[in-house]
Amino acid sequence: MTQATASGDLYLSITNLWKAFGEFLALKDISLDINEGEFICFLGPSGCGKTTLLRAIAGLDLQTKGEVLQDGKDVSNLPPSQRDFGIVFQSYALFPNLTIEKNIAFGLENTGRGKSEITARVNELLHLVGLPEQGKKYPAQLSGGQQQRIALARAIATNPGLLLLDEPLSALDAKVRVHLRHEIKELQRKLGVTTVMVTHDQEEALTMADRIVVMNQGVIEQVGSPTEIYREPANLFVADFIGEMNQLPATARGKAGISIGADSDIVKSQEHKFADGEAIVAAIRPEDVIPHANGSGTPDETDVIGDPENVFTVLIAEMEFLGSFWRCRLQNEYFCDSELIADLSINAVRRFELEAGKTMVVELPQNRLMAFPRSEAS
Amino acid sequence: MSTPSTNITSMPPGPVIKSKLSRDDIVMRGGMVVIALYLIVTLAFPLYAMLSKSFSTYRFELSQYEMQVSDQDGVFDGTVLNPVDLNAATGAFEDADFSAGSDSRLAVTKLFPDFSFRSPVMYQIRNAQPGGRFLVGSTLHDDMEWLTLDSNSFRRVQLRPVKSTGVDNFVNYFSTPALFNSVKNSLVIAVISTVVTVTLAFWFAYALNRSCMRFKGVFRLIAMAPILVPSLLPGIALVYLFGNQGMLKELLFGASIYGPIGIVIGSVFFTFPHAFLIISTALAISDARLYEAAVSLRASPWRTFWTVTIPSARYGLISAGFVVFNLVITDFGLPKVIGGQFNMLAVDIYKQVIGQQNFEMGAVVSVVLIVPAIFAFALDRYVQSKQVATLSARSVPFQPSPNAKMDRIFLIYSSLIGLFIVGILAVCQFAALVKFWPYDLSLSLNNYQFDKMDGGGWNSYYNSIKLGLLTAVIGTSVIFFGAYLVEKSNGFRVGRSLFQMIAMLPMAIPGMVLGLAYIFFFNNPANPLNVIYGTMAILVISAVTHFYTVSHLTAVTALKQMDREFESVSASLKQPTMKLFTRVTVPVCLPAVLDISIYLFVNALTTVSAVVFLYSPKTSLASIAVLNMDDAGDIAPAAAMGMMIFYTNAGARIIHLILSKGVLRRTQAWRAR
Ligand SMILES: Nc1ncnc2c1ncn2[C@@H]1O[C@H](COP(=O)(O)OP(=O)(O)OP(=O)(O)O)[C@@H](O)[C@H]1O
Ligand SMILES: [Mg+2]
Repeated sequence: MTQATASGDLYLSITNLWKAFGEFLALKDISLDINEGEFICFLGPSGCGKTTLLRAIAGLDLQTKGEVLQDGKDVSNLPPSQRDFGIVFQSYALFPNLTIEKNIAFGLENTGRGKSEITARVNELLHLVGLPEQGKKYPAQLSGGQQQRIALARAIATNPGLLLLDEPLSALDAKVRVHLRHEIKELQRKLGVTTVMVTHDQEEALTMADRIVVMNQGVIEQVGSPTEIYREPANLFVADFIGEMNQLPATARGKAGISIGADSDIVKSQEHKFADGEAIVAAIRPEDVIPHANGSGTPDETDVIGDPENVFTVLIAEMEFLGSFWRCRLQNEYFCDSELIADLSINAVRRFELEAGKTMVVELPQNRLMAFPRSEAS
Repeated sequence: MSTPSTNITSMPPGPVIKSKLSRDDIVMRGGMVVIALYLIVTLAFPLYAMLSKSFSTYRFELSQYEMQVSDQDGVFDGTVLNPVDLNAATGAFEDADFSAGSDSRLAVTKLFPDFSFRSPVMYQIRNAQPGGRFLVGSTLHDDMEWLTLDSNSFRRVQLRPVKSTGVDNFVNYFSTPALFNSVKNSLVIAVISTVVTVTLAFWFAYALNRSCMRFKGVFRLIAMAPILVPSLLPGIALVYLFGNQGMLKELLFGASIYGPIGIVIGSVFFTFPHAFLIISTALAISDARLYEAAVSLRASPWRTFWTVTIPSARYGLISAGFVVFNLVITDFGLPKVIGGQFNMLAVDIYKQVIGQQNFEMGAVVSVVLIVPAIFAFALDRYVQSKQVATLSARSVPFQPSPNAKMDRIFLIYSSLIGLFIVGILAVCQFAALVKFWPYDLSLSLNNYQFDKMDGGGWNSYYNSIKLGLLTAVIGTSVIFFGAYLVEKSNGFRVGRSLFQMIAMLPMAIPGMVLGLAYIFFFNNPANPLNVIYGTMAILVISAVTHFYTVSHLTAVTALKQMDREFESVSASLKQPTMKLFTRVTVPVCLPAVLDISIYLFVNALTTVSAVVFLYSPKTSLASIAVLNMDDAGDIAPAAAMGMMIFYTNAGARIIHLILSKGVLRRTQAWRAR
């Protein structure tokens, strides 16, 4: 699971890491490998330990147990000043009484660089983050997004091997945030610096990360590329936390079959490991539900049913227009009290003349229908 | 993936990872230890010395000696006399004569009724037990050899007391009504002053915060003026107004200003700004929405006052009460000047130590005084911690609306208070300029010729300036740096909370007590720090320590407002924390740094109690000169010197204001937005 997908060699390796705050365990037996040049996102709900893990990597709050290897060197018990990283905090922590130039130059001083060399490097960085004219200003005179970029420039000024970002975009308004996502990602690609970013915004993680580390209550739930995490969630928590997921009570039937609710006919599902008859949860994303003609609309030759067993006739209880698609709540005796939510394209709704109160036929395609254990919390 | 339980026991056993210390960690912890040691040496050790002194009793033990008397020819017959028997036979000493202080001596000739220093009779004396000591002249004898002396020398034999530990001093204290009464006196005066001051200050603060009267700025300024003068200055003014030759003596209808009345009036004067500041803050933060609610419920103003105003200001009122109580009960200068025969605890300490040289009893009174002081301090801290909670609630500031009648009443009230404060100062200034009160009221500067008076002359004024500057510079550096270290260093939890606790302690220790404790600790020849006794250094140290807590809290408040991650960023950039401290922390906190400096300067100039035991002829101070000149009857020069302190402090405040404004303007580029 922790094997690398990106190109580079192993750069950062965390093994069996624990962190206790008094009696409370904030991190439980965390192991994680990160490759050189990767962009990793720690994603999880508030309080799950993302920041704690990031601070342990930085040495700002030492872990209670466990090892951290960076670039082949054991840094487990080193203070931050003896590690190699740059960091950007949510607050940016720009020095308010120093100009932008001085802020960026702060880490360049006392490193054997000459004055002119420092000036040159500062200008280079200001260009890099797209603020070449702002060097003489003070942080308070810049907008939030600009401050964020200065904090980034300061963090990468000394070319650290590792860049740590703790919710760097959360203090910004939505527009700026989307724009900066792009810029940070670009910059990271250009510099090739291994980057760990903490976020609780799944969209941010999905668009920026090479690999996402999904965390919950101090443990890692899944590590994988954005598509892996989205398409093949390892468990219900991940499935539910990222994107939306229908969850229907079901029963396992054979290696790749289930019956929805108590006793629908057997439908085909992804392969699973459950014993025959075991109570499970069937899961499918709303956008994976396929609508089919139910006779009232105009069928055409493109309307091909992939898995005839996986077809249900449902009542459209409610339809809600969400701009680019319709969200439909569908009912069927087998779904028990649960409703199936399907996101249908405007096109399909028009084509099949769907409206609330009508019945329709939907297919839950086999390769998108997942099975999870019943007892798991969602 | 299964979720391991949250229980701590699921963590595998084995050692916890310990951080390797960085250079910065070592520097910061080292600095913290040094400053903590400073506080321990200048506070804990002296207090311990004082405490142990209060439990030391000294007593003459006749049984420790043996004597022989010769005949008229100087021949001894070998009879050894026991002084206990001699005393029993002659009744020379009562039992009470044997209780002593550490420096007491007892002449022995009284044991021999026939003694005459001209007689040819010879005497022999020796210590019968190890530990016995006696003096012949100034030569100490502590061996057990017989010493033969002629009558003239025997006259100069003096026994030294034996030290033991016990509660005798306290028993003695509480069985001496003259001493014990002071406890009652102090408590009564403190309570009355507290009630009067808090009431007056409340309405004054109310007028400034809740009315639309005019001249608020002027009143605010006037209310703060008493902070700039020593507490004994109002005493001097009261003597001029109501003393034996006072202008307004008749107003007292025969009552004397020397005593409780004078102390209470003077206490109201010098504690007023403290109470006003605290209550004003409490009123300023209370929530306007509560008043809007009260108005919408058609509550009468009177009802609103009792159900909204008072409850929301209650922590401020209580806190102000404790602060005033503490200031009054620990104050020395004012009751010394105007107390007359009315004894208060702080003055008792002075009388015991300076008047009677009874250091043990001084220590006992100090211990007695610490109890209410610490009590008031602890309650105040408790109440303040409550107030922080109310402060953090999001409230809307109250905007007073004009009300012609009420505004006029408040203006009259505030003017009366203002008149009282300005009047006291004006009387002092007038008295200082008058040639010879009340007979020759022409003006002159004669009273400023301090060099002609007792009290150290102009030198004491210059010494005070020096003390103020040194205290401000050294104190601010030490205290701010110490606060930075505890606030911003990593780990070292126990050490840091210990430091925080020690830093709170000075506020609970009255100045008189600290000063006396310094005598015991620093004036001990066995203490290598003895060299600073009698120098400017000990005055600076006592001032810094005495005013440590408020400064520390100011620094901590400012530092808490700094981004917690500055240190992390600096470490990640591999820059020494001290660079961050000098380049960022100090500049950003400069307003707080200046506030601490001016606080230390002003207080170093006005304090009497913390330095009265510690000055030497070379390091006499202006505030001490006021005290001593007043004591010597040179009241006009005392007033003149007091006003010098006032003008100096006022000047310092103005400079402080200009500097603060200047700093803000120069740096507003990064503040404004
Ligand atoms: N210094 C501390 N003392 C005690 N508990 C702490 C401390 N720091 C963090 N915790 C606890 O550890 C858990 C993880 O905290 P952490 O800050 O890592 O969460 P997070 O995932 O970053 O959350 P968020 O998204 O809100 O920033 C939380 O339950 C938090 O209350
Ligand atoms: Mg966090």
